[in-house]
Amino acid sequence: MCLAIPGKVLTIDRTVSPVMGNVSFGGVQKSVCLEWLPDVRVGEYVIVHVGFALSTVDEKDALETLKMFKEMEEQEGE
Amino acid sequence: MKYIDEYRDGDAAGKSAEMIRRITTREWTLMEICGGQTHTIVKYGIESLLPPGLTLVHGPGCPVCVTPLEIIDRAIAIATRTDVIFTSFGDMLRVPGSSKDLLTVKAEGGKVRIVYSPLDAVRIARENPDMKVVFFGVGFETTAPANAMSVFQAKKQGIKNFSLLCSHVLVPPAIEALLSSPANRVQGFLAAGHVCTVMGYEEYFPIAERYHVPLVVTGFEPLDVLQGIYMTVRQLEEGRCQVENQYSRSVRREGNRPAQDLLKQVFRVSDRTWRGIGEIPNSGYALREEYADHDAEKIFDVGEIRTRESPLCIAGTILQGLKKPNECTAFGRECTPEHPLGAPMVSSEGACAAYYHFGGYTGRTPS
Amino acid sequence: MNQIADLSAGLACPIPLSEYKNVLLAHGGGGKLTQTLIQKMFASRFDNQMLDILHDGAVFPGGSPRYAFSTDSYVIKPIFFPGGDIGELAVNGTVNDLAMCGAKPLYLSSAFIIEEGLPMDDLWKIVLSMKAAADRSGVSLVTGDTKVVDRGKGDGIFINTSGIGAVLPHAEIDPRNARRGDRIIVNGPIAVHGIAIMSVREGLEFDTEIRSDTAPLNGLVERILKAGKDVHVLRDPTRGGVASAVNEIAQSSGKGILLDEEALPIGEQVRGACEILGFDPLYVANEGKLLAFVAAGSAGRVLQEMRSHPLGKESVIIGEVVDDHPGIAVMKSRVGGTRVVDMLSGEQLPRIC
Repeated sequence: MCLAIPGKVLTIDRTVSPVMGNVSFGGVQKSVCLEWLPDVRVGEYVIVHVGFALSTVDEKDALETLKMFKEMEEQEGE
Repeated sequence: MKYIDEYRDGDAAGKSAEMIRRITTREWTLMEICGGQTHTIVKYGIESLLPPGLTLVHGPGCPVCVTPLEIIDRAIAIATRTDVIFTSFGDMLRVPGSSKDLLTVKAEGGKVRIVYSPLDAVRIARENPDMKVVFFGVGFETTAPANAMSVFQAKKQGIKNFSLLCSHVLVPPAIEALLSSPANRVQGFLAAGHVCTVMGYEEYFPIAERYHVPLVVTGFEPLDVLQGIYMTVRQLEEGRCQVENQYSRSVRREGNRPAQDLLKQVFRVSDRTWRGIGEIPNSGYALREEYADHDAEKIFDVGEIRTRESPLCIAGTILQGLKKPNECTAFGRECTPEHPLGAPMVSSEGACAAYYHFGGYTGRTPS
Repeated sequence: MNQIADLSAGLACPIPLSEYKNVLLAHGGGGKLTQTLIQKMFASRFDNQMLDILHDGAVFPGGSPRYAFSTDSYVIKPIFFPGGDIGELAVNGTVNDLAMCGAKPLYLSSAFIIEEGLPMDDLWKIVLSMKAAADRSGVSLVTGDTKVVDRGKGDGIFINTSGIGAVLPHAEIDPRNARRGDRIIVNGPIAVHGIAIMSVREGLEFDTEIRSDTAPLNGLVERILKAGKDVHVLRDPTRGGVASAVNEIAQSSGKGILLDEEALPIGEQVRGACEILGFDPLYVANEGKLLAFVAAGSAGRVLQEMRSHPLGKESVIIGEVVDDHPGIAVMKSRVGGTRVVDMLSGEQLPRIC
């Protein structure tokens, strides 16, 4: 539940525990815990909730979801 | 903003609504679990875009709303102590206890502080070694790992003055409790996208099978909700009862394993009382024995707690989706956001608050 | 004897003790509770024609020019923030309240309540800010007062400013004047000041600086009033945000207000901050911003004039006054439905869950 929003990873610091990083939300930067995304890379988008990144946004899936609306229309048009 | 704006596009919303109208041939009752989804539905007027036979009932997915009254009273008692800095998420501050709320404790001189992240509370503990710092750990599975991390870090770093007042609830047992209730009329569910981001959606397969209901893991923007509704209705129309994932850009079937591992390390599953609903077995988290030193419930003896709910508040009925907020006799009269009788009117994700602010109230709805 | 009995009959506390035994922070938030406190406690007792209008300032009847009088107190924490400080805010705030009455601000008073221990350097900085702000808006500080309170009793410094201005010719500004068809114009992006303050306050920090938009609006107001004779209402949406301001005007005028979500100007960073905190930008405090309610026929001209002023470059129409749903403000969402824009209830607490 709860408010979690997507942000872009700017920096990652793996020398600290837990792993932290700088994430940008439309230009507003916040320090976020990246401990649970060991494979995350700079430039990727993550979903952040109360200062913790819970998942990376899958770009391909994101585009698929948006494409689905167009496909929904074509399907139902048949 | 990327990955937000695209899912609020007016044209696409109109098209989705049209799609839903075209495939709906019968009356269906759906429930969206999460308070964030309720908020979106009411804020964007999504119900008005749906065909008349489609009913949305709002579920108990507002952790603020379901936190037991006894724990609120306990939190208030702890926060009143002069040796305590009581930290919490903002939402909890206005939830009514038996006689007052945390915001009133603050007005009366208690050291109550809002934090954005549980790690901020740990930092406050480190910076104030002479005070006992308590963090009010409320939430569903989305927030549980963050709260777990705070206790884990406090123990690891030897921050002895930090403790967690834990009130975590789990979604799948709540869904089962709702489905097994004889009063239930929900035929399909929009499951909570961020809970599933953490936990995955494996747990939903047995539920779909046992109760023959479709469950669609859904996101929170208007297009997500519309798409989730579309996928659920399509299943119902086709007689399917499967688990599908609308929010695939964030949710994976197995969820986030490292977060789940931390949960297992710090918490154990326990029975929990849901405010307005009652006790649901194995529906919550409690701190493990190893973390007893950081368990606020064990550390602070606040004496006997005697709770008192408002007799007018029907929060339980609302949370189970049996009634809508504007069907409550106290709605907008004795119960308003300024004088809330129950939690759903206070929490910005509560159904009653959403209805009140965005106009589901008779006489205030413009259309 | 009889007199005393009569007096005591009227002295029962208007806000029953069972409701609020103590004043809450929310009573100062600018929303419903503030409204209740003002109406039940102050307005009911001090009842008079000028006060009853409950506008940003009072306009004295008669005389040419008419004079306007306003007062405001500044208790902001922190006292120094990105984009300004409490001194600048104190001068701009009262200048703006007078401008919202359609008046040219002339003279200001300033009363300081200083907490023992405030560094002299800080006080000096604040004084310099106030002087700069006064010069910028063309007002003179003509009288004042200074008090010092014990350490621990005062948040550094509190400032009250009061001001007198001369109402400009042809200005007929009154919250009751809003009429059907009036366009509602804002002079730039909203929610900036509130977020700038949040960015420094404990527990809610951001790394990218968002600066307060505090500014004196009297020059812009003069421009607006020259451009259009049908300017019905002016209001600066400070505490409680745009939402509370339009609600007050809807209630005063007995009209409805329809806002357009897609038209609302919001800066990207401010949006990001609001998303993270779960704040609705409509409820976040503004400074250096005004709402102008202008008859449809003059709106285009006024908009043009505003855009040619440095403080109005991003002016835009965000809604209009309607006859429907009197006393209530609603907003058309970008997804198609409409929803009520309520007044702020309590403090806007960051939404997490």
